[in-house]
Amino acid sequence: MEMLYGLFIAPFADFGFMQRALFGSLMLSLGACPIGVFLMLRRMSLSGDAMAHAILPGAAAGFLFYGLEILPMTIGGLLAGIIVALGAGAVSRFTVQREDASMAAFYLISLAIGVLMVSIRGSSVDLMHVLFGTVLALNNEALILIGGIVVVTLASLAIFWRALVAECLDPLFLRSVSRLGSPVHFIFLGLVVLNLVGGFQALGTLLSVGLMMLPAAAARFWTARVEPMCVLAVLIGFASCVAGLLLSYHASLPSGPAIILSAGVVYFASILLGTRGILRARIIHHRHRTA
Amino acid sequence: MTQTCLTFRDLTLGYNSHPAIHHLDGTIRKGSLTAVVGANGSGKSTLMKGIVGVLKPMAGEVVRAPGVRAAYLPQQSELDRSFPARVLDLVSLGLWPRRGLLGRHTKEDRESVSQALMAVGLGGFEKRPIDTLSGGQLQRTLFARVLLQDADLILLDEPFNAVDAKTVGDLIALIKRWHGEERTILVVVHDLELVRQNFPETLLLARQPVAWGETRETLKPENLLRARRFHEAWEENAPWCEPDGHAHGETHDHIHHDHPHGHDYDHHHGAGPRAA
Repeated sequence: MEMLYGLFIAPFADFGFMQRALFGSLMLSLGACPIGVFLMLRRMSLSGDAMAHAILPGAAAGFLFYGLEILPMTIGGLLAGIIVALGAGAVSRFTVQREDASMAAFYLISLAIGVLMVSIRGSSVDLMHVLFGTVLALNNEALILIGGIVVVTLASLAIFWRALVAECLDPLFLRSVSRLGSPVHFIFLGLVVLNLVGGFQALGTLLSVGLMMLPAAAARFWTARVEPMCVLAVLIGFASCVAGLLLSYHASLPSGPAIILSAGVVYFASILLGTRGILRARIIHHRHRTA
Repeated sequence: MTQTCLTFRDLTLGYNSHPAIHHLDGTIRKGSLTAVVGANGSGKSTLMKGIVGVLKPMAGEVVRAPGVRAAYLPQQSELDRSFPARVLDLVSLGLWPRRGLLGRHTKEDRESVSQALMAVGLGGFEKRPIDTLSGGQLQRTLFARVLLQDADLILLDEPFNAVDAKTVGDLIALIKRWHGEERTILVVVHDLELVRQNFPETLLLARQPVAWGETRETLKPENLLRARRFHEAWEENAPWCEPDGHAHGETHDHIHHDHPHGHDYDHHHGAGPRAA
């Protein structure tokens, strides 16, 4: 009992920075994981990754002018992300080019600008910080920011849920009954950017997309409906955060990668054991019914 | 005078400045059941897209009578069949015109979804994932969604593709029921025998209307022959169609006639190219 307490509870009970890290990362999961589910279902999984890169020049600009301050870096990241999301989204909506190609073009340009800006002033240590974040150093400002982003995300999802599902399931139908198709697409891209920016202080630009996509990808193996998939993704996100933080505490590992790797373990377990995973499909379901 | 549901005024629709529907004038009467026939590339689907509004006209306009709500079953649906949804979820999209973005789906709504599925012979399919449906079952599911939309104007683009004979019969019966309910219906069909048996009116298209009116008249051999001579391919350097090249007077007769039957478009358009 004592040992269990020491392993699982004490790190969070005894240290304020662990509590903040836990609180911040759980809030992040709450917003980012459902967004990840929709990214995956729209076959935009890699767009999340591209967006994470695209945020870099904005964050770097904030860093260039104000140093390691969360607010300027966040606002910069948000602006850069929105420009890239809107630009790539508009090119794919209004020209023949598909979103994957336009997104790749925009994020590569953006990333190059970002790396250039960081190298003008910063050392590689700073670059590492921007890229990989520090969940263990979340201050009040960062927590409030993440909280706000979660509220906006969940509220938008609740309001636009039906349109978002319709836009994924049958976009032509949505266009025939409503004008919401394009606005919903852009609102969704906005939410992606918002959640990536929220994550980058804690996990860095590269790993925040991991917390978005891995739980969603894992949840896909367990259910064939959207609503349970989102709930499950959030729960997997929660579990990964707790496990990752404990791992990083006990084994002195960097916290961001520990969280993402925990989600990775869940992902691999889901591939194998999920109700729609390999074992079920290949081994247990070798029998079939008569009709 | 009978009420009109749709009015085409000098409507030109197309892609990359090449018209697929060229200077179409005329009206669709409220409560009419019209088959749209023509060769591949004669502009049938394009006309449907133009009416529903997903394709903007290059010139002219489509005017819907005020308050007319359209339901559209496209030929090539953009449906994502790998999306984790059940038949119930897909058909429930048809509640959009009634409930919109935020309106709650009530018990009666769910009831009407089940009834719509029953009407297309898919009772009890509510919980089936859509990726397990056959092509014909999916088509019937989409029919159920149209049914649920409860629209005044129903546009069906080749709804009988990949559908077995029995189901075609069921779907025709459904269309006739809609016709009896005074809804306006346009259906793109290829099977001329089906058209002769079930559709009172027909629009024969070959980029321009070859004939339009009562089915028996429209589908006369000489009209069909002219429709068949239609040249499908774009001509890359076809001359630009000048606004003055067609006089308004020669095409808008259709609007002024109170009775919709028996028009022959021979004297309007001729078979030759109109763009000069």
